[in-house]
Amino acid sequence: MSDKPLAPAIEGWHTMEVKPHLIGTQCKGCGTYFFPKNQAYCRNPACDSTDFREVELSRSGHIWSYTNACYKPPEPFVAAEPFEPYAIAAVQLEKEQMVVLGQVIEGVSCEQLKVGMPVELVLEPLHETDDDIKMTWKWKPVAP
Amino acid sequence: MSNEIAILGAGMHPWGKWGHNFVEYGVAAAREALKDAGVPWQDVKFVSGGATVRCGYPGYVAGATFAQALGWQGAEVNTSYAACASGSQALAAARNKILAGACDVALVVGADTTPKGFLAPAKGYRPEDPDWVRFYLGITNPTYFALYARRRMDVYGDTLDDFAAVKVKNSRIGSKNPRARYRKCFSAEDVAASAMVADPLRLMDICATSDGGAALIVSSVEYAERIGKGDAPRVAAISTTTPTFASSVVEMPDIATDSAAAAGVEAHAFRSTLPLKAYEEAGIGPEDIDLAEVYDLSTALELDWIEDLQLAPRGEAAALLRAGDTAIGGKIPVNVSGGLACFGEAVPAQALAQVCELTWQLRGEAGDRQVAGARVGITANQGLFGHGSSVIVKR
Repeated sequence: MSDKPLAPAIEGWHTMEVKPHLIGTQCKGCGTYFFPKNQAYCRNPACDSTDFREVELSRSGHIWSYTNACYKPPEPFVAAEPFEPYAIAAVQLEKEQMVVLGQVIEGVSCEQLKVGMPVELVLEPLHETDDDIKMTWKWKPVAP
Repeated sequence: MSNEIAILGAGMHPWGKWGHNFVEYGVAAAREALKDAGVPWQDVKFVSGGATVRCGYPGYVAGATFAQALGWQGAEVNTSYAACASGSQALAAARNKILAGACDVALVVGADTTPKGFLAPAKGYRPEDPDWVRFYLGITNPTYFALYARRRMDVYGDTLDDFAAVKVKNSRIGSKNPRARYRKCFSAEDVAASAMVADPLRLMDICATSDGGAALIVSSVEYAERIGKGDAPRVAAISTTTPTFASSVVEMPDIATDSAAAAGVEAHAFRSTLPLKAYEEAGIGPEDIDLAEVYDLSTALELDWIEDLQLAPRGEAAALLRAGDTAIGGKIPVNVSGGLACFGEAVPAQALAQVCELTWQLRGEAGDRQVAGARVGITANQGLFGHGSSVIVKR
């Protein structure tokens, strides 16, 4: 990796700390969480609120399911050459009662994953541009 | 019984990768359905088309496009787009027209020409588009089906052999379907030897995209009786319900599910709620079903659908499969057309193709694929943005 500055791959979707959080919103009317952020209208059919607060989502959860990508995805994905397969996890967040997708950290394969396994959120490079290294959230297994 | 309409005719253009204009497939399917029904084109007063979004403006106004191609004769038209449920919504529009007494006979038709390779999102930096986001983060269509498949393995104990057995079963019966694109019988070894795409799904666990067309001629029951076809199969129910908040299963193209954190909100799985309205509308239950045509985008997804349609208790579809009960001759044959495994996906035609198969089966005209004594069949499919459908056909 180069010494280019780090930048979020998608601006405003997560914090850039060592122990990062996804940034979502919460409806002030009913408490429903949204990720990605929703600040326009609550999607709970019993709530017509248009008031939201920005919130950091739980940075740990349990694996709902997992898979991997054996083939290079099409654009806008930016693939390294040669392409290295990576694992993907769908993670259940307890407090938010929702499932969030993300890649699993480099070096972890499907054989090392299991439904129900605890994971935490970290940042890793997604790809590099001329100016910076684009960082994204990934799930990392933690010892139970 | 006042909500029923009759299926007088069914037709399909063989599926493949023909590379022709989609209108050709739709016209061929429509003409076969008209001939099958014995109804002159001029008697059709409503043309309900499933839209294709890949073939330019004619695809957006598919109903009118097919009406023009078959020869303008003054019929009213409708076009429905509902992703994989487009055909069912087009059928629902025709049913509404007929039940409202506004027409006697309608043509329902869908056809598609699919591009080669990946379906990629529009270019640029567009984080407001969930489809762009997930591709940027490296999450493709097979990811979602693989997540569902892996969950079956870890939670219910399904195996790779089970998923391969679905492909073997569907290829065996599909080899006898002259309209299918893939007619080779594959073995479990063939599946195991195919490339891993998204663990645990291999290339042969995942369906392709195809060119194809399907059409139905439907009418009021009174019209069917008048032309001596009072015993034609009936559409007994159409469900096109959307999910109920909070939708608990992460669906393409989303990066996250709804949150069920608010008071009074429960998590619901969309696929299992979809058929409930169909059963209620038809006034029957899963025990009455003789055969099912389900949306096997992946082999493992066929097993999910069997449970979602309540044809097996949750987690027990693989046991049904292992016992041979979902094959022809079994207790509840599933995808005796060969399913998407043998056809591939042609979005606006798919839901109609399922009803075509049930029509032939219920008429006892399915030849080598015939399910003995079939009286009641159900379909299921699901597409992007909360679209899905389940249709019950009975005789």
